[in-house]
Amino acid sequence: MESKFKTPFGRFAYSAFAWIVGLAVFFPILWMVLTSFKSELDAVSMPPLFIDFNWTLENYTGILEQSNYFKFAMNSIILSFGSTFIGLIFAVTCAWAMAFNPTKRTKDTLLWMLSTKMMPPVGVLVPIYLVFRDWGLLDSRFGLIMVLFLMNLPIMIWMLYTYFKEIPKDILEAARMDGATLPKEILFVLLPMAIPGIASTMLLNVILAWNEAFWTLNLTTSDAAPLTAFIASYSSPEGLFWAKLSAASTLAVAPILIVGWFSQKQLVRGLTFGAVK
Amino acid sequence: MGAIRLENVKKSFGNIDVIPGVDLEINDGEFVVFVGPSGCGKSTLLRLIAGLEDVTSGKIMINDVDMVNESPAKRGLSMVFQSYALYPHMTVYKNIAFGLKMAGEPKDVIEEKVRNAAKILNLTDYLERRPGALSGGQRQRVAIGRAIVRNPAAFLFDEPLSNLDAALRVNMRLEITGLHQELKTTMIYVTHDQVEAMTMADKIVVLQAGRVEQIGKPMDLYARPANKFVAGFIGSPKMNFIEGDYAKARDCACVGVRPEHLLLGADRGDIAATVKIAEHLGAETYLHVNADTIGPMTVRATGEVPLGENDRIWLTPDPERIHRFDKNGKAIAHQA
Repeated sequence: MESKFKTPFGRFAYSAFAWIVGLAVFFPILWMVLTSFKSELDAVSMPPLFIDFNWTLENYTGILEQSNYFKFAMNSIILSFGSTFIGLIFAVTCAWAMAFNPTKRTKDTLLWMLSTKMMPPVGVLVPIYLVFRDWGLLDSRFGLIMVLFLMNLPIMIWMLYTYFKEIPKDILEAARMDGATLPKEILFVLLPMAIPGIASTMLLNVILAWNEAFWTLNLTTSDAAPLTAFIASYSSPEGLFWAKLSAASTLAVAPILIVGWFSQKQLVRGLTFGAVK
Repeated sequence: MGAIRLENVKKSFGNIDVIPGVDLEINDGEFVVFVGPSGCGKSTLLRLIAGLEDVTSGKIMINDVDMVNESPAKRGLSMVFQSYALYPHMTVYKNIAFGLKMAGEPKDVIEEKVRNAAKILNLTDYLERRPGALSGGQRQRVAIGRAIVRNPAAFLFDEPLSNLDAALRVNMRLEITGLHQELKTTMIYVTHDQVEAMTMADKIVVLQAGRVEQIGKPMDLYARPANKFVAGFIGSPKMNFIEGDYAKARDCACVGVRPEHLLLGADRGDIAATVKIAEHLGAETYLHVNADTIGPMTVRATGEVPLGENDRIWLTPDPERIHRFDKNGKAIAHQA
């Protein structure tokens, strides 16, 4: 690809700007990782220590001894994958109906679903909390999976809808002429053709559910608590332990960061699909 | 066996009547072509027969059974789509086998039928390829193969050749005609190209705005069009229509003369004209002329005619082959 910037200075300015933005986005993560290897004293020293501090693993060993990291991690995995799996079942069928059998109101329905995302979650905290309390769903994985699934469903439907729109209707009709029943038409023809879109929808949803902190913190205490609650537990009434908090955060985001790193190509394609021809 | 009968088939989308009511009889083994300008409802009519659209009212009898409420698969018809509509994630083999697999046929039967169809269509070497690795003509053949293996009561073709280039189109046209002669299965073929209609059909159905304008053998439509629309649509270049005094003198509102039924004269004839554009094709010459009292007309002359811009000529319509239309555009029968 040829650069749009003809002069050397233009190219330099362009790269410099890109690097500044990139570093600005990455810096908090870098700082968190660095802090996690510091002693509590070094972590709060002024001026801040960048590299020349006593590197230590004591925060990590301390955390893994004190609390049950793997229980939290397991909850995160169950919640994010569970809500994604249930979400996919609903989103695929909804998106199929809207993409291939639209009615006059389909566009309105889609917009209405998206509008629910514009509402601040705290607005419905009290009613949902009360429902959870009365139904005995507080601090249960099932309850949280339901909340995360419903919360992300509009985005999943939107992504799959735009993806399905790109698939020619003729092909599904050909399958129908070939005698495929509706479930077979979706399973053997639509889904295999939509694998890239479904994969990126799934990934994005796992990431969103993994990082979700509002509901996971408000509706759980211990049994169903995922890694977000694990991080929060290090900001305690006895004071903030910056180094330990950083180590806990690093442990919490590491899995999803690695997954995201390896799948970013897939993600970008899914998010921009249909935007560029 | 594949006799299809439409009884007063109607289709509306909301308030719009796309098909206001069609009756049609298609005999077993017949090659029927639906032809008409785009938006005339020919594809909709095909999709109604296929079951991909629901009729608003009326009956669709396939082998004397009303299939209006049956799913597309139960009707026993196969369809070839304009876009081919191949399954891009399956090999050619699996594409052709898909319908049989859905019908629950045993593996060895599927294998035999697919190999057989591939042999007929010269696809044997490509069975393991994906559609993306095939040329347009090959894709078209895969689509036809997918239709053949199911041994349908009738084949439905929805403008199957319009995505192919001109040379390939002529080839595939011959292949489909050959296939019909070999299989002797009923075929319904939709096209906007009157040349395809004329060359392939046993029976042509000319449609306009969802209405059947005329049904007949190709040569009947050419020689005896029922109205001005059919007269203008069938035949290329288009028929010349002459109105005014010339028509009045012949007791009608409009006279139609095909470009090939105008005799050329150097200094004598009915109509004086000036050549505007001459198209020399070698085997024939198309002259686009401006007739003095009538206006633009097209003349088709056999062989090479050494005429060019601004040359003066005389035209004489063959009196045996002029068509007369009343003021509603309906054809007036020839006086015996």
